[in-house]
Amino acid sequence: MGRYIVRRLLYMMVVILVVSVITFGLMHAIPGGPFSREKALPAATIKVLNERYHLDDPLWKQYVDYINNVLIPHITTKPPSTSLSDDCLINIKIGPVWFRWMNFGPSFKSRSRTVNDVFRDNLPISAQLGTMALLVAISIGMPLGILAALKQNTLWDYLGMSISIIGVSVPVIVLGPIFVWLFGVALHWLPPTGWGAKPPYILGFLPAHLGWDFFKYAIMPAIALGLGSSAIIARLTRASLLQTVREDYIRTARAKGLPERVIITRHALKNSLIPVVTILGPLFAALVTGTFVTELIFGIPGMGKYFVTSITNRDYPVIMGTILLYAVFLVIANLVVDIMYAYLDPRIRYD
Amino acid sequence: MAQVKLESKTFGSGSMPLTRKREGLFQDAARRLVKNRAAVVGLAIIVLLILMAIFAPLIAIKPFDAQVLVDQNKAPNWVISLFPTMKAYTKISNAYPLGSDYVGRDLFSRIVYGARVSLSVAFIGPLISLIIGVIYGSISGYFGGRVDNIMMRIVDVLYAFPSLLFIILLLAFFRSSMSHIQPGSPAYLLTKIDEAMGGMFFIFVGIGLTAWETMARLTRGQVLSLREKEFVEAAHTIGASNLRIMFRHILPNILGPLVVAETLAIPGYIGTEAFLSFIGLGVNPPTPSWGAMISDGANAIRSYPNQAIFPALALAITMFAFNFLGDGLRDALDPRLRGTQ
Repeated sequence: MGRYIVRRLLYMMVVILVVSVITFGLMHAIPGGPFSREKALPAATIKVLNERYHLDDPLWKQYVDYINNVLIPHITTKPPSTSLSDDCLINIKIGPVWFRWMNFGPSFKSRSRTVNDVFRDNLPISAQLGTMALLVAISIGMPLGILAALKQNTLWDYLGMSISIIGVSVPVIVLGPIFVWLFGVALHWLPPTGWGAKPPYILGFLPAHLGWDFFKYAIMPAIALGLGSSAIIARLTRASLLQTVREDYIRTARAKGLPERVIITRHALKNSLIPVVTILGPLFAALVTGTFVTELIFGIPGMGKYFVTSITNRDYPVIMGTILLYAVFLVIANLVVDIMYAYLDPRIRYD
Repeated sequence: MAQVKLESKTFGSGSMPLTRKREGLFQDAARRLVKNRAAVVGLAIIVLLILMAIFAPLIAIKPFDAQVLVDQNKAPNWVISLFPTMKAYTKISNAYPLGSDYVGRDLFSRIVYGARVSLSVAFIGPLISLIIGVIYGSISGYFGGRVDNIMMRIVDVLYAFPSLLFIILLLAFFRSSMSHIQPGSPAYLLTKIDEAMGGMFFIFVGIGLTAWETMARLTRGQVLSLREKEFVEAAHTIGASNLRIMFRHILPNILGPLVVAETLAIPGYIGTEAFLSFIGLGVNPPTPSWGAMISDGANAIRSYPNQAIFPALALAITMFAFNFLGDGLRDALDPRLRGTQ
């Protein structure tokens, strides 16, 4: 197990390096720099700007500098300064030394902000939305799948599976506008746009007050985003549980006269949920990218909105930083899922 | 083929006669598909959508890009009674069956033309990913050993790259390169093709470049399991070439699972295109795409819900249809998989 984890960690680093090379390469292959406008800036101005952001360095040097700033942790005795090019996402003081990591650099478009400022302001909100959507997906998907499997080939089963096909077919860009209009505009049940949480956050992203003020904004987008994923979970749970109840050990449990409730909860359910864990990796990816659209529809001031505008603005550091951060997050999520799977199912050997 | 028969004989329900007419895998599958009501409905909807896309100029009552600026945000009576909140400020005009958008274009005509984009993605997306994936996967699986190892490690790395982020990146690259390319270069030709297709070309490229990995893995697995079978060995013995064995003997046997996997992936491709158009990286305006229309409509959702909800419904119906068909196809081609996935 230990060796497996180490091997996966090394592999993860390779993946992240490849991701960073591709992202960096594509970003810089785009003709026309971030400072080209309809009305061209004076050459001298562009020269100064390029110097300031080190865009006149050779490409390999820019890349090495970037990776050095972003991926490699720095341990120094110097306290963080207020300079825009010296703003790390993680600053931890241990005794006299500072542990500093993830400096994504200044943003090109908003001159007074760094990419990390953008992350600090917007990322917690996207994380809240993503977490809520994940909770929705699991808390709707699993019971629906279990119900459908336990009552196989009954009305419940057909109803559950029909709902889940609907869920798979209705992406957030369909559900979002319908929700906004129906519950927000027509019925006035919930505010159609906006977000209820304000900093400071617990653990970096959990809102301090989980009251109605938070949920009245979060319910609609979380359901709109999570419903599709819940359908996938429901189908997988059902299939897995149906397979499990046909196993020999379930027959043994029946034979020794255990009550049905115990057989299902203690023997069948526990084992059938293991394969469901594997879907969590791709699910994270879907939810993370889904937040972009959800935020645009529901007017949520998260990363998504900023990211989409940064694409049209060609704000390279923001685009690269976001993609790199999300890629790292997803790769780690996949790793955690794989390790969890190996831990839950002892039959799996990873050597 | 034999396996399917055997199964229906041993485990089949009582109503199934023990001896029945010999039929091939595909007749067998077709019979099961026709029995599945949801799949038939899905197929019917898809056929209707295809007809709508082909005959869009005849069905649409106005050109999709005809702007009538005095007719901004109008709606017919039935739409206003459907969305009562519109009553206070919407000007009524029954000339537009579903209403008009913020520059006075007919929503209905744009939705009809929008089917062209979604359906193109639905058919060309799988085609590209199937071609690349099958070639890559079968080479990897057929030759095995070190070739297989290297090829699959490459796929593993690409697979770990979140595909939607990759597509966003690629399209941001394509779209912003467009205006800066010198005439005469190959890249210039590509951007011209893209322009002629209303911006769809790069979407195909983006989807194709990310979706083949799943196909490659699937093909490789299937090829690996078939490679050792007796009929392949027999073909080797009589001196058939590698290429011939691959295309004549192995490929036809693995087509079923590949087709099912692609059909089930189609709603994903349609969703991806809609997503890209929604965030402004999809088709070029004024080419109508449902995703772009939803995006425009979502900006005015409080006042004119019809502008977002009608294209959204069109998108949902299309995805339903493909999901139903894909599900039915999977059950028909491999009844053992029923209800899984």
